[in-house]
Amino acid sequence: MNGQPLGLKTLTTAFLTLWLLAAVFPFAWTVWGSFKVEADFFSRQSWWFAIEGVRTVQQTGGTFTLAGYEGAWVQNEFWKAAINTLIVTLSVTTISLVVGTLGGYALARSGHRYAFWILIAALVFRAMPHITLVSGYLLPFFQLNIWGYLPTTIIVLVAINQPFTLWMLHSFFLSIPKDLDESALVDGCTRFQAFRMVIIPVMWPGVITTGLFSFLLGYNDFAVTSMLLRQENQTMIPKIASFLGSIQNEGNVMFAVAAVVSATVPLFILVLFFQRQIVSGLTAGAVKG
Amino acid sequence: MPHRTFFAFIFPSILAMLLFITLPIISVAMQSLFVEHPAVVTEVENCGPFGCTTETKVDTEAMAKLKADQPMGAFAGFSNYLNHNHLAVDDLRAIFGDNRGIGDIVARVMNLPFYRALAFTLTYCFFVTPFAMALGFFIALAVNTMPKLLKGPAIFVSILPMIITPLVGSLILAWMFNPAGIFGATLQSLTGDPTLSLRASPVLTWIVILTYGVWTNGPFSFVVFYAGLQTVPKDTLESARIDGATRWQATRFVIIPHLMPLATFVALVQLMDNFRVFEPIVGFSAEANATSLSWLVFNDLVSQDSQQFGSAAATSVITIVGVLILLTPVLIRTWRDFNRKAV
Repeated sequence: MNGQPLGLKTLTTAFLTLWLLAAVFPFAWTVWGSFKVEADFFSRQSWWFAIEGVRTVQQTGGTFTLAGYEGAWVQNEFWKAAINTLIVTLSVTTISLVVGTLGGYALARSGHRYAFWILIAALVFRAMPHITLVSGYLLPFFQLNIWGYLPTTIIVLVAINQPFTLWMLHSFFLSIPKDLDESALVDGCTRFQAFRMVIIPVMWPGVITTGLFSFLLGYNDFAVTSMLLRQENQTMIPKIASFLGSIQNEGNVMFAVAAVVSATVPLFILVLFFQRQIVSGLTAGAVKG
Repeated sequence: MPHRTFFAFIFPSILAMLLFITLPIISVAMQSLFVEHPAVVTEVENCGPFGCTTETKVDTEAMAKLKADQPMGAFAGFSNYLNHNHLAVDDLRAIFGDNRGIGDIVARVMNLPFYRALAFTLTYCFFVTPFAMALGFFIALAVNTMPKLLKGPAIFVSILPMIITPLVGSLILAWMFNPAGIFGATLQSLTGDPTLSLRASPVLTWIVILTYGVWTNGPFSFVVFYAGLQTVPKDTLESARIDGATRWQATRFVIIPHLMPLATFVALVQLMDNFRVFEPIVGFSAEANATSLSWLVFNDLVSQDSQQFGSAAATSVITIVGVLILLTPVLIRTWRDFNRKAV
């Protein structure tokens, strides 16, 4: 709309500034504070200490300190958790996409009634709270002796992720014209050949978008990873949670702050590079239902 | 597509969902009918020079055998659902049979762990959803009027609260609301109450977690509404303006009706997702003042001495029923859409 009246324009700008501040300030504050000592970031005198780093200068000699990061990454072996997270998220994303593209393609091209029922079941599964599923895993996993290993967690996350992946890829494959693969079938390809030679080359935009969300699910998960992994092979998020229990008592809350900032960085980079795909993915889900 | 090909393609996906979603739900439903074995106690008589004393001891051997024989525990029927930690039927009967007015009833019911969690879960669900949607809608309107060059960065910043790991996001806010953190300290000096803190004040805990909910859920609505705004028919908007509609009227009668289907979708998805609220309770260490159904399950599973599988399973089943109730409108909508497409 062109030519907003001045009053409205001021109001809009003020509101937007306020929101953008609210969205970014907590992160900026925590990143900044993670380079200070605890007496600054959690200052009993004034929060201005956290900005100037009065105590940080007194205790370490510099305005910035890497003590928190050193404590988290070296002393508490956060790097192990980071490697585990890398393994889990990459495996979850890859397996989810391989399994999901096959399934999503079949659902989009089937046209039989049972395909619809599978989608409905997937919708119901997607709504299940993850922690309730976890309470169903624990006893059987203990008995089968597969509790606590990374592959178990990966498979579980893939399964939990399937309903969403199926829905998203299904609606994406619907947008690829049927004629494309059907003409391949007429030319004598089998279904799988048509999928491999005709569909795979054109499916990457949808796969990348879906992959981003699979990645986020694996990365952000707390319920499954905290209950299904033993201490030695924890991923980052449950590791941070376990920091809180042990570290807070020893007065080293800054380790947890540094770990939190470290876990946030990959997400920032992800949004920076894939903003368009994330936005289009969310919208695709909404517009197509 | 022939049935055989279809199932060949979808088999891995179906297998994963059957094994790790359907089976666990069945296993949870079964488990909820059992309780952990009570400790097997034996009396041992110790006779010494000063006479005999009897001592009770837990018979670990018998316990191990019992566990191996019946790993799910002892059959308990529906007692898991009805006991003090869940639906608390006896407590409710006592409260309603003998009380001092509505206020007393509410106070006492809110002391029962399950109803406390249910109250917070529902409050979170039905407060955060509409407010986050309203916030998202206004951000979308505002961003839409920005110059093109600034839109990208504004969108980038706006989706950060949504993309952040829920546990990490709630921790970041929890530290800022710590009495020694920036917001916590400011609140204390503003109210002039030096004891004000999340730990001490249930009201503040609720407000902060609800604020966190709006903050982290707003961006989802924003993205969806913003995309919706791009598809508002320009002609309709222009003719409305020519017919003399004010800016507000154009928004009210052109833009909002256009976004309505999207809004229903967002509302349904968000209600479902917010019903699962869990990580903020852990992140804000709020369990003394606010708990949720998912948190109850988690708490049963992590209790150090003995994991309460039966109790966790019963809460899980009740939670699943709650989700299904919230899901019904979504299912009906999908069903209608599908039939419309089929015709």
